[in-house]
Amino acid sequence: MAAEVIPAKIRVASRRRRIFLENFEAYLFLAPALILIGLFQVVPGIAAFVMSLTRWGVIYERWAWFENYAAILDPSGARFGEFVNALGVTVWYVLLTVPIEMAIALIVAFVLYQGTRGRGAYRVVYFMPYITSVVAAATIFEWMFDANFGFLNYVIGLVGVGSQAWLREPRGIFQMIGSAFGAGLPDSFAGPSLSLVAVSIFTIWHFIGFQTVIFLAGLTNISRELYEAARIDGARERQILRRITLPLLSPTLFFVGIIATVGAMRSFSQIYVLTNGGPLDTTRTVPLLIFHTFFERTSVNGIGLGAAMSFIFVLIIIAITLFQFRVLGRRVFYD
Amino acid sequence: MTRTSAVPTSRPRPLNLDKIGPSLAKHALLILGAAVAAFPFYWMITTSFKEFGEAAKSPPVLWPTSWHLENWVEAWQYPHTLWANAFANTIFIASMTTLGELTTSVLAGYAFARMRFRGRGVLFALLLATLFIPTEATIIPSFVLMSRRYLGWYDTYTAQIVPFLVSIFSIFLLRQFFLGLPQELHDAARIDGAGHLRFLWSIGLPLVRPALVTVSLLTFLNAWNAFLWPLIITSRPEIRPIQVMLVQFTTEGGSRYHLLMAGAAFVILPTLVVYLIAQRYFIEGIARTGIRG
Repeated sequence: MAAEVIPAKIRVASRRRRIFLENFEAYLFLAPALILIGLFQVVPGIAAFVMSLTRWGVIYERWAWFENYAAILDPSGARFGEFVNALGVTVWYVLLTVPIEMAIALIVAFVLYQGTRGRGAYRVVYFMPYITSVVAAATIFEWMFDANFGFLNYVIGLVGVGSQAWLREPRGIFQMIGSAFGAGLPDSFAGPSLSLVAVSIFTIWHFIGFQTVIFLAGLTNISRELYEAARIDGARERQILRRITLPLLSPTLFFVGIIATVGAMRSFSQIYVLTNGGPLDTTRTVPLLIFHTFFERTSVNGIGLGAAMSFIFVLIIIAITLFQFRVLGRRVFYD
Repeated sequence: MTRTSAVPTSRPRPLNLDKIGPSLAKHALLILGAAVAAFPFYWMITTSFKEFGEAAKSPPVLWPTSWHLENWVEAWQYPHTLWANAFANTIFIASMTTLGELTTSVLAGYAFARMRFRGRGVLFALLLATLFIPTEATIIPSFVLMSRRYLGWYDTYTAQIVPFLVSIFSIFLLRQFFLGLPQELHDAARIDGAGHLRFLWSIGLPLVRPALVTVSLLTFLNAWNAFLWPLIITSRPEIRPIQVMLVQFTTEGGSRYHLLMAGAAFVILPTLVVYLIAQRYFIEGIARTGIRG
């Protein structure tokens, strides 16, 4: 009733005022989060590229355009060899961890999904490694991989394999297996070093629980009725797996595949603790190389070079992710 | 979620030998897997209580012949290690981070779910996009940002806390929960004259408690396990957290593995206990958001 006596002009003004206040309040709610994200994510993200165009050691020296990129990508320079070696190690690390992690996690999730008794308890145990600190867990593995008194040497000794140096072994595994059977392999076919395999064993142990939980969630989301309908129609278990479970799980598989690949490429702590890139740089992945460049050589343009390396590396990660989207994404079935 | 099973088993069935075989194989497989997952923890604890000679014995001793609790004391009091200090630091940093992150993500999550404002869609999309800015790219500029020339936070607690006071995953998780609240509740509160803040505080928050617990636990755990950033942004031992302290300890402890395992146990056991008590929040929180550390 009161509204009727208020002239239209004032009503519009008060409405504007209300909208303004509502917007103002909303941005007040958002301000803390937005300021922090801006300052600690967006600004450094942009600054990374700017810094890669400078010579910057302990202090800023000068603008350098693409000198750092040229230094890293010049095949005759020393930086090129380092970077390519690190990329190779990173690729091996991804190949050694991601497929095995996913295969084991998938099997465990399948078995747990089939109404196994004590599923909750198994899930708790399988997930335990994932919540423990990478640094502390890697310390345990360093002990189990010990060349003299390690538990792993004891275990492989039980099946008749001699003691290994594990984390201190720079020789490639193909070469080692080859020489065990009397076949000498050239260095170019040496394969990933045993130390990288050891680091991968740790990584697999650490991340299986995470993937199992995600796969289990994915399986639980598939409607029971589909299975019942298929069984009534006389479908065999193998057919159900191929025609129902796998297609409907494919978005989850795709998601885990991408996250695991990117996660493995970006791994730092476990490698730092277990080997710090050694022996003979055979476990030095790109993040370790960036860390060494930037942190231990700040005197020689470490920030400029490190920023350029991370920028190239980010582009490579994006390219691989896009590739996965193009090639694998097409096979994903969304219902 | 955990209680339902694919096969209804309510009706008692006669002993079926065809089913026991596969079921046994299944459990054997699962138990083997569980043993592999749990063994390193067992090995850490038992080694930490062994005598030095027994820890390095070949073949390994699975169960200590005598329990040496003094190993833990020795590890705790090892020269140059400031365990008590490091624990206080980590607890302080993790608590502040958790409180702060909870505040920023509750406010932002609520605003995205329940408030109408200009640019909401665009802002939300931008937030999603920042998820793709990888740590590799930002760590060097962030380090420079902390230097004396800019923020001057190098070697402080501030540098270990403030950059982590926001998490996009937490904002998403809380937004989901706030979206799930019935609109009538909101309308009723507004008619009674409650503003957004009032509604959020007295009605919204109690209703999304599970989400708050999940966010708090995951944030605290992440802060507890933080390593790379504190490693590069601090140098004074007095303000370093436990993970950095543990690495320093393992470097100095050499191959005295019974002590190293005691040190690892200091760092692992608190989180393991909290995890075992509140495992549902951890597992479901991670299954929901897909965070990978």
